[in-house]
Amino acid sequence: MALIEEIDYGTKLVQIGKTVTLTIDGQTACVPEGTSILRAATEIGTQIPKLCATDMVSAFGSCRLCLVEIEGRAGTPASCTTPVAEGMVVHTQSERLARLRRGVMELYISDHPLDCLTCSANGNCELQTMAGAVGLREVRYGMDGANHLQAKKDVSNPYFQFDPAKCILCSRCVRACEEVQGTFALTIAGRGFASVVSPGMEEEFISSECVSCGACVQACPTATLMEKSVLEMGQPEHSVVTTCAYCGVGCTFKAEMRGENVVRMVPFKDGKANHGHSCVKGRFAWGYATHRDRALKPMLREKTSDPWREVSWEEAIAYAASEFKRIQAQYGKGSIGGISSSRCTNEEAYLVQKMVRAAFGNNNTDTCARVCHSPTGYALSSTFGTSAGTQDFDSVEQCDVILVVGANPTDAHPVFASRMKKRLREGAKLIVIDPRRIDLVRMPHVKASVHLALQPGTNAAVLDAIAHVVVTEHLGNEAFVRERCEVDSYMRWALFVAEERNSPEAVEKISGVPAELMRQAARLYATGGNAAIYYGLGVTEHSQGSTTVMALANLAMATGNIGRKGVGVNPLRGQNNVQGSCDMGSFPHELPGYRHISNLAVRQAFEADWGVTLDHEPGLRIPNMIDCALEGSFKGIYIQGEDIAQSDPDWQHITAGLSAMECVVVQDLFLNETAKYAHVFLPGSTFLEKDGTFTNAERRIQRVRRAMTPKGGYQDWEVTQLLSRAMGHAMHYNHPSEIMDEIARLTPAFAGVSYEKLDKLGSVQWPCNEAMPEGTPVMHVPGFVRGKGRFFVTEYVPTDERTGPRFPLLLTTGRILTQYNVGTQTRRTSNVDWHSEDLLEVHPNDAEHRGIKDGAWVKLESRAGATTLRTKITERVAPGVVYTTFHHPETMANVVTTDYSDWATDCPEYKVTAVQISPAGGSAGTLNAGRMLEKQMRSEQA
Amino acid sequence: MTRVEYGPKLVHLANQIGKFFAHQPKPEAVANIADHLRKFWDPRMRAQMLEYLEQGGGGLDELPKLAMEQIADEAVKK
Repeated sequence: MALIEEIDYGTKLVQIGKTVTLTIDGQTACVPEGTSILRAATEIGTQIPKLCATDMVSAFGSCRLCLVEIEGRAGTPASCTTPVAEGMVVHTQSERLARLRRGVMELYISDHPLDCLTCSANGNCELQTMAGAVGLREVRYGMDGANHLQAKKDVSNPYFQFDPAKCILCSRCVRACEEVQGTFALTIAGRGFASVVSPGMEEEFISSECVSCGACVQACPTATLMEKSVLEMGQPEHSVVTTCAYCGVGCTFKAEMRGENVVRMVPFKDGKANHGHSCVKGRFAWGYATHRDRALKPMLREKTSDPWREVSWEEAIAYAASEFKRIQAQYGKGSIGGISSSRCTNEEAYLVQKMVRAAFGNNNTDTCARVCHSPTGYALSSTFGTSAGTQDFDSVEQCDVILVVGANPTDAHPVFASRMKKRLREGAKLIVIDPRRIDLVRMPHVKASVHLALQPGTNAAVLDAIAHVVVTEHLGNEAFVRERCEVDSYMRWALFVAEERNSPEAVEKISGVPAELMRQAARLYATGGNAAIYYGLGVTEHSQGSTTVMALANLAMATGNIGRKGVGVNPLRGQNNVQGSCDMGSFPHELPGYRHISNLAVRQAFEADWGVTLDHEPGLRIPNMIDCALEGSFKGIYIQGEDIAQSDPDWQHITAGLSAMECVVVQDLFLNETAKYAHVFLPGSTFLEKDGTFTNAERRIQRVRRAMTPKGGYQDWEVTQLLSRAMGHAMHYNHPSEIMDEIARLTPAFAGVSYEKLDKLGSVQWPCNEAMPEGTPVMHVPGFVRGKGRFFVTEYVPTDERTGPRFPLLLTTGRILTQYNVGTQTRRTSNVDWHSEDLLEVHPNDAEHRGIKDGAWVKLESRAGATTLRTKITERVAPGVVYTTFHHPETMANVVTTDYSDWATDCPEYKVTAVQISPAGGSAGTLNAGRMLEKQMRSEQA
Repeated sequence: MTRVEYGPKLVHLANQIGKFFAHQPKPEAVANIADHLRKFWDPRMRAQMLEYLEQGGGGLDELPKLAMEQIADEAVKK
């Protein structure tokens, strides 16, 4: 293995344009019109010295190193800002150019510390390399003139430092912050010799608007912006290309290593989801992999009140299997089940459901996608015929209108949000439907045309009102509907939405959204050109989650915004492998590839391959498992990589269910909240310790490659295999590639997928089969997967969770940029510097009525339970609405959320809980009903 | 949660399903609700519902009740 050093072409790739032929140093170059001379030269292997140019950002032309001579033109233009022309003859080397370049370098070096031997960038410094390239041998100005060598370092950011003494003012960091990330946190403050890179208004990085995406660090050609991990460990010596294990964007990274230690994570330019960009989580928050809290030994205890006892893998697996067998013998075959994780690989998710179906002999398999995007699967399958987003991320570049519903991309999917913001800066229009004023509503160079700040729980009503306008004002695409959709279903739907009760004026009374804004949104979406829908858990985690996804699909079909670039219906998946875990048959009612378990032909194919007889009935979903545990018919569970005690709603109900089970097996990186109720603990492995694949929100299957030895001894798929064997169903995989071969053999949409192909192409988007051997970027192009698109009537049904005198406020929940899911990983990194606790956002009016001040502790109470947390008074939330995150176990927001759920899928209604808040004197825990109950239960057990 | 307590929760879920299909003509709605329950509910959940129905089925809306009766009829025929 070697360090992968990608070529920096100096300026961006120009993809469209007629080919231009020119001569560079006697060689012929053929490139698209609009390409810079610098890039054209690099493409034919000719290196022109450069410093301010990088292909991350637009050409700037400030360093004057990339000067060239062009026959027939006067002067020495910068090759980064000069486009190629037909027949152009370019010379990159001459005595004059060499003299000029040396002169430029002399000036740079005269104000640069000559500490190369002790510098963190030694061996990987473009300034150092360029000094060599131009043949710098002396600095005629000496080193004693006015300089910046004593400038103070900014070490405020936990992950990187800023050393202005080493800055050459190339502005690459500033431009990366603007163009790549779109945050505009950096600028060049001062003028002339006093010019300096400045975060915000000459603030420290940590207190500025900087979001720590690291684009500036990546862009920096010197050690000015440098990862602290490189400062501590030195330059890496080899790279492993892998896929991020955080959100559903699925960024490709180079894990840059020294031996088995990660030095830094650098986003890979060839990554087709992220194109070389990253966020603070993926780039920097990987320290959890080696955190001291990792539980690395298998452990057992007969009762959860007993202390854990470290045991061998053999003993732990044998005990778990014997307990599961005992339980099945005593309570029946259906008394045990398993839960897989969207943080694990496709191969691991596949094996968990296979073990449950083949070794446990039932279909009690579910995945954490149950509690996030299960409504997406149900609704998109019903309307379009397949349970997945329709577009690739690149499609956003062709959007004219972007409709963001119940999603907060800048926090939860930041790398895709950066691309979205770029498109918005280019002129695309934005509609936001969200109870909360998310950042996208108004931020530097981005402003939503319309923000529908609806009352939580009224998504379906508002979308029906938008559809009402589309139908009654004849804004739809009738030709598309006639050709591509079931016309009968359309007619039924159109008649429904056209009813007066679905008009914006009627819905205003329900949703609180001014009717005129809904009309504006409808007209913009239907007539603004290519319109794409991006939605998140603010759509799915409702009692009408599936209905609302159908309403989005209806809108896309009615306006013809489906089946080409720039349009579509796109679920933004919360976790890295939500799409993949669903694809792999993790749900109890369907086998891999979304085929129902009752389908005889499909079942027979799996039976033949696995050598077992499969149950034809659907199994239990996670909430049903908990219910049945309390009811007495479900007694044992295997949970891989999921913390249901912290992430699932109605904490008291979940923990009571877990407590009622006789064997809970938890496989995880840490002794998480669920492990408190476990009898067997099996150490999990991080994404850095395993091979496999993840599938991101655009159906892109990407390799996860092992960078270090599993710290607990096994990769997660190996543990499942051991347990399956102990349960009596033999598995003999030597490598996850063999599991993928089996998936491909049994799943038509994956028929063309193999590790060999993934290694060759980098990634593929399913369907990948004989018809589409290199994958399918955009779905439903010639027609819908189900044949004709089907409209569904999406009647608004108010949630049963109602406000009243006792609980007059509505709580809705979400995520924050620096933390991920329940925080298991990110809380064990320096990301806590930004978000050390969950805060409750309260509107000033609601706070004032209750005598609550900013930062004060409050008791947050619902009919399910109570917790305490501190407030943040803000107008981001509307009066009557409060908002919090659920990243910290101390807060346990899910003590408060209820067990209401989506009608079709049982996805919990996290987004609507009737609550009351009141001043509290103490911190979380003192009033935490859940914790008190836990203590009580433990004392009873003891 | 006892079996008795579990019943109302399933009733709530079944009523939610019923409301989604309520706009359809009654035979179509009943068939679709029954189909949904067959496709997505574990057999023990359906059995619990049938048991609850036998005990009077209080709180269960008309459409899901008819759907459960359809499922019960099928079970008898088998």
